[in-house]
Amino acid sequence: MQKKSLIEKLHDLQKDQKNTNHLPKNEMADIAKESNVSTSKAYGVATFYTMFSVKPRGRHIIRVCENQACHMAGSENVVEALKKHLGINFNETTSDGLFTLEHSSCLGMCSIAPCLMIDEHPYGNLTPSKVVDIIQKMKAGA
Amino acid sequence: MKIYRIHALICAGGQCISAGGDSFEEALKRAIKEKGLEDEIQVVETGCMGSCEKGPMMVIYPEGTLYINLVPEDANEIVEEHFLKGRPIDRLMWKEADGNFPTLDQVPFFALQTKIVLRNCGIIDADSIEEYIAREGYSALAKALTSMSPDQVVDEVKKSGLRGRGGAGFPTGLKWEYAAQTPSEQKYVVTNADEGDPGAYMDRSILEGDPHTIIEGMAIAGYGIGADKGYIYCRAEYPIAVQRMQNAIKKAKKMGLLGKNILGSDFSFDLELRIGAGAFVCGEETALLNSIEGKRGEPNLKPPFPSEKGLFGQPTVINNVETFANIPFIVCEGHEKFKRIGTETNTGTKVFSLAGKVITTGLIEVPLGITLRKIIYDIGGGIPNGKKFKGVLMGGPSGGVVPASMLDTPIDFESLDEIGSMMGSGGMIVMDEDSCMVDIAKYFLEFTVDESCGKCTPCREGTQQMLEILKRISSGKGAEADLAELEKLGETIAVTSLCGLGQSAPNPVLSTMRWFMDEYEAHIKSKKCIANVCDMK
Repeated sequence: MQKKSLIEKLHDLQKDQKNTNHLPKNEMADIAKESNVSTSKAYGVATFYTMFSVKPRGRHIIRVCENQACHMAGSENVVEALKKHLGINFNETTSDGLFTLEHSSCLGMCSIAPCLMIDEHPYGNLTPSKVVDIIQKMKAGA
Repeated sequence: MKIYRIHALICAGGQCISAGGDSFEEALKRAIKEKGLEDEIQVVETGCMGSCEKGPMMVIYPEGTLYINLVPEDANEIVEEHFLKGRPIDRLMWKEADGNFPTLDQVPFFALQTKIVLRNCGIIDADSIEEYIAREGYSALAKALTSMSPDQVVDEVKKSGLRGRGGAGFPTGLKWEYAAQTPSEQKYVVTNADEGDPGAYMDRSILEGDPHTIIEGMAIAGYGIGADKGYIYCRAEYPIAVQRMQNAIKKAKKMGLLGKNILGSDFSFDLELRIGAGAFVCGEETALLNSIEGKRGEPNLKPPFPSEKGLFGQPTVINNVETFANIPFIVCEGHEKFKRIGTETNTGTKVFSLAGKVITTGLIEVPLGITLRKIIYDIGGGIPNGKKFKGVLMGGPSGGVVPASMLDTPIDFESLDEIGSMMGSGGMIVMDEDSCMVDIAKYFLEFTVDESCGKCTPCREGTQQMLEILKRISSGKGAEADLAELEKLGETIAVTSLCGLGQSAPNPVLSTMRWFMDEYEAHIKSKKCIANVCDMK
């Protein structure tokens, strides 16, 4: 078994922070040390990739796809409904710390556009009411 | 072996699952159990069947009944009426315009395809290595290891004329030959599964639907070039693909199809999965290799090419998912048979994801050289709601628009280049009269500006400048001089950028300007958006 790359270690670290989904500073410095790179280098890697965050986020990350097929299928309305229901904008977290809203690159589900992904679960054929329903169900289960 | 009366194949591709397929499957299994039919009916989860828009989808064998757009509430009725009484349910079946209910092989969308890459997708259970083997899986690897020399393997791929399916169309055999001829103790085989082009999901469907074909293709490449280690770099946006791929690697290792002395030969090959973290530029091969090494995914200047100096500085063959999926067929059936499909310089098939304003959207595999008209009208069924076809965007943010007047252009690398579009990775977004070409161009440029890694100036600054101009035009503040400026900037960025991302970034703008200049002029001169999309203040 080959030793893990820096990116894999960052993935592991972020996964461990279940409530904040981010890379805490001190732990990141430890990983840098262990990987024989400077902290600034590790920071440079972490901030290069959109899925890593050096700032605390919500427990669930909502990633909305707004690419061409989704755009044509009305993702704007879905986004508006989401923003209104959650009371946040992109890259913000709800006050209860449950949800963070982010943009996603194309999720490759263009035939069932508009779509989004919450944590690792994709949803398609969305409408404004459907998306609110999904959030409410998640809240009820949280 | 257990014999079943009925096989119910449920599509477990990412899109069918996301459309509610998982809850339907649960309901169906429950209904089967309630009626005590578990020994008569086998439910099989397959990979993507292709017509994703009609998901969740299910095919019932032996007769081939096609059920579409299923919801959990349909499960009881299907079990009671169809499985028990033999009465298929009309309202849930695929219905053609003439009122007929075709079986899978009668639907034009499926019947007009040629499947090599997707030969197992939608047919086998992706999590079962046994089912892959039952469809002659790993026999190409066995053939290579027992009856061919590494040189013969490379030669076979070379003779097949296979060209890289990631977009550039570089001859695969030649790439392998370079890597094979570069002397080194350590070489690598890498799969580029960082499919990022908006509108493209061919690779995701292959990863999810037939993961072993990629493992087999990679192992054959390893044998051909003398590499004993491989990596699959998959984007994190595809969690189902990651999970199935991990499972497939585990099973192949357990069966001795990966690891030391495969099938009793001297050849050893080990495979690892690496997961991306959200960076479009990592689809560029040198950036991807940097990312596997754990660095920022920034591209390097080429040459040296990866075949000479790639992963960890060693000779590396890096191919796209779809390219590797062609390899088992070529090695098993021989280059002659492969070359019979497609055209002389563009052999084989290509998988496209058909999306946008077309009646049946989804995943299709067609012989190269086919025309766009055939794809959109015969396979896709044409444009919905009686609207007029305007253009099809191929190759995502690196590609260009093909207008209605060019619908009979054969789909091959050269012909598409000539008309300012490109094969790209295979995304095809169809647009009707309601789409504004300036808006489309602006949209893709916004994408590139976002995804530019910032390493070289033409891409980082130039695309930003182009975007500013487009924003002006689409808000009614454009001047005539803007058009010349756009063209000049575009051409400069294309020739001076460091990697493919920047070099191809101006394509959507230049190609829409080439075919739809009237729309640009209408925005500038009469401050009018013909399609009524742009907000002209």
